[in-house]
Amino acid sequence: MENIYDLIIIGAGPAGLSAGIYASRAKLSTLILEKDKTGGQIVTTDEVANYPGSVENPTGPSIVARMVKQAEEFGALRKKDPVLEVDFTGKIKIVRCKKNEYQGRSVIIASGAKPRRIGCQGEVELTGKGVSYCATCDGDFFTDFEVFVIGGGDSAVEEAIYLTKYARKVTVVHRRDELRAAKSIQEKAFKNKKIEFLWDTTVEEIKGKGIVESIVFKNKKTGEITEYKAQEEDGTFGVFPFVGYEPMSHIYKDIIQLDEKGYIITDEKMRTNIDGVFAVGDIRVKDLRQVITAAADGAIGAVQAEKYIDNLYPILEREVV
Amino acid sequence: MLEVDKKTFEEEVLKSEGFILVDFWSQGCEPCKELMPEVEELEEEFLDKVKFTKLDTGKARRLAISQRVLGLPTIALYKNGEKISEVTKDDASKDSIRDMIKNNI
Repeated sequence: MENIYDLIIIGAGPAGLSAGIYASRAKLSTLILEKDKTGGQIVTTDEVANYPGSVENPTGPSIVARMVKQAEEFGALRKKDPVLEVDFTGKIKIVRCKKNEYQGRSVIIASGAKPRRIGCQGEVELTGKGVSYCATCDGDFFTDFEVFVIGGGDSAVEEAIYLTKYARKVTVVHRRDELRAAKSIQEKAFKNKKIEFLWDTTVEEIKGKGIVESIVFKNKKTGEITEYKAQEEDGTFGVFPFVGYEPMSHIYKDIIQLDEKGYIITDEKMRTNIDGVFAVGDIRVKDLRQVITAAADGAIGAVQAEKYIDNLYPILEREVV
Repeated sequence: MLEVDKKTFEEEVLKSEGFILVDFWSQGCEPCKELMPEVEELEEEFLDKVKFTKLDTGKARRLAISQRVLGLPTIALYKNGEKISEVTKDDASKDSIRDMIKNNI
């Protein structure tokens, strides 16, 4: 008989890792499955100023590295194997990955979300060619160049501030006439002399042969269309869209209850509509998507998974993995 | 993997015969650092067929831009000094790099 894990966690960002820490500490045999990169979205964040109790000047990678170490110390197993499909119909849940198939008594889905695309022409073709969703990865290409940040929320404005480390000018392009970002972040941005704002504006198209060369804007109030071209001596500029997120839930579409945006619906105990299947972190319906809420979800989910297993399987019946 | 920089890139990549793979990365790019050990594993697989190199774009920004690389990670395959294929960002994984090499050599 093949190994059956007490708990399979899908995703290795703060939510999944936190669940891994709690579950393995509770002596559940725990497998954490990750795609190709550990840590989730927070890894691309340079400064995490609001995670309580963390060491001084924490970065996304340093927080994640610590979580990985904690989970491993308690005995959680991590494997790199992208999940292709799941079968949650039986008492034993099956997770089919690229390399192997895994069986678990319970599953925690912590696959998170990814940056949403603007959805304009040229965006996909020019990704990695001037269009980027990762300021820490690509910011320094634009040292002394111009950069456009699309969006008006926390991420957009924070990344705009970060990009002023490199770019000579950062223009925040927002479809409304005021920002949605937290007031403290807004203040920082308004004080920054390198940041300008383009209000009531959407992006119609990004153009370029091989690299970004121009961007077409539309003023939502006047309907006016304008095209901004790269300065001749630059030849290019950066476009960083931060217009929200979309959940990585497509493989659960017909299996688990999702809301209209694709987020997994859970109760306060992180339970989905399927017994023994929980969802934690950015992938579930909730108000605030932060490292701390992801970590909290993970803890709650793991404790609930433990309770679920203890009810279903007296300890002696469990197989040793 | 052979480390190349803005001084040696021309000699080692653009003026080199055969297949050369360039891993464009930087210190600030976490996904790049996560991917690099897997690129090193591929180097073992394609020993004698492809020369594996890496370029820290933090120290060679204009060079990277001249190679039309403006996003990391980017893994590019050159043949006789010409870039013939590349994978970038989310599309850059061990499997996609292996496929790219196999489809071209």
